[in-house]
Amino acid sequence: MLFWIALSSVMLMLTAGVAMLLLDNYLAVVVASSVLSLALSVLFVVLQAPDVALAEAAVGAGLSGVILALTLRRVGLWRINVQPPAAVTKTSTEAKS
Amino acid sequence: MNLREFAGLIFLLGLGVLLIAVLTTLPYSNSLTGVGNNILAQAPAEVGTANIVTAVVLAYRGLDTLGELLILFVASTAVGMILSKAPGTASVTPPLSNTSTGFVFSAAASLLFPFLILLGSYVILHGHLTPGGGFQGGAILAAAFFIPILVSPASPFKHAVSSLLETVAGLVFIGIGLVALFGSGYFLAPLGHPGTPGALLSAGSLPFLYLAVGIKVGAELAGIVAHLAQP
Repeated sequence: MLFWIALSSVMLMLTAGVAMLLLDNYLAVVVASSVLSLALSVLFVVLQAPDVALAEAAVGAGLSGVILALTLRRVGLWRINVQPPAAVTKTSTEAKS
Repeated sequence: MNLREFAGLIFLLGLGVLLIAVLTTLPYSNSLTGVGNNILAQAPAEVGTANIVTAVVLAYRGLDTLGELLILFVASTAVGMILSKAPGTASVTPPLSNTSTGFVFSAAASLLFPFLILLGSYVILHGHLTPGGGFQGGAILAAAFFIPILVSPASPFKHAVSSLLETVAGLVFIGIGLVALFGSGYFLAPLGHPGTPGALLSAGSLPFLYLAVGIKVGAELAGIVAHLAQP
């Protein structure tokens, strides 16, 4: 049982990490990092480190996500509506040319 | 591949070889110093905490905890220095939420607020008994105080109060450490009688140290988030 919980949390961490690399929306990247921290805190509970799990859940999954999202809003990168990928590549190529 | 990428690749390869060389020589599953086993055997009688992690964090390694508090203090001061001025990029910054947030959101926020305060206080006050402590409880308290800002961004956050709390808590922490220095000769050594492990008033001065840590961390994190969230 514990093995499967640990395996699924590790798989969730891997998925969230790859999603952070591939996602286009900065806000979604912040959410993915929070998901990674939440899965990591579950893994810490399985590994019998409840103190670290509490810190990871409170700081990593909660407050750091909030701070990163608010920073995105401050620097003007906060956008919720995802542009279609074709439009993004078009504007980027236009910007290059 | 230009020269810069080539140099980076060589650096990565060298780092990998070094890490593998270190990993192959590490002795796993036998302790090097025996510090951990000694602490596990002696901490309940010597310090009086039911949670051994708290004994390590506050009694055996109190100076490192003071260093962590200092790092957080510097970060909070830097955020306050940069963001406390009048925002010049107000046109770029969209509002955090509309002035009329939904009924469900505001009702859930006001319902959640006292329970988060209760949970944070519990985690701080029982830091020497159960997992948790000042840092975790402080983060929960900061999250609790962020919820009203999330519901209505215009709600005022009193930075003077949070700065005062932070200053007083930091001075209390250092003051307890100095009392221990002049009393027993060691900075931040645990004061008072250990008591029975498991009781709320046990472990001497450690609950008061964790209370100071919790208030300080909560005030600093709430101040950082409130600075970032102001329009």
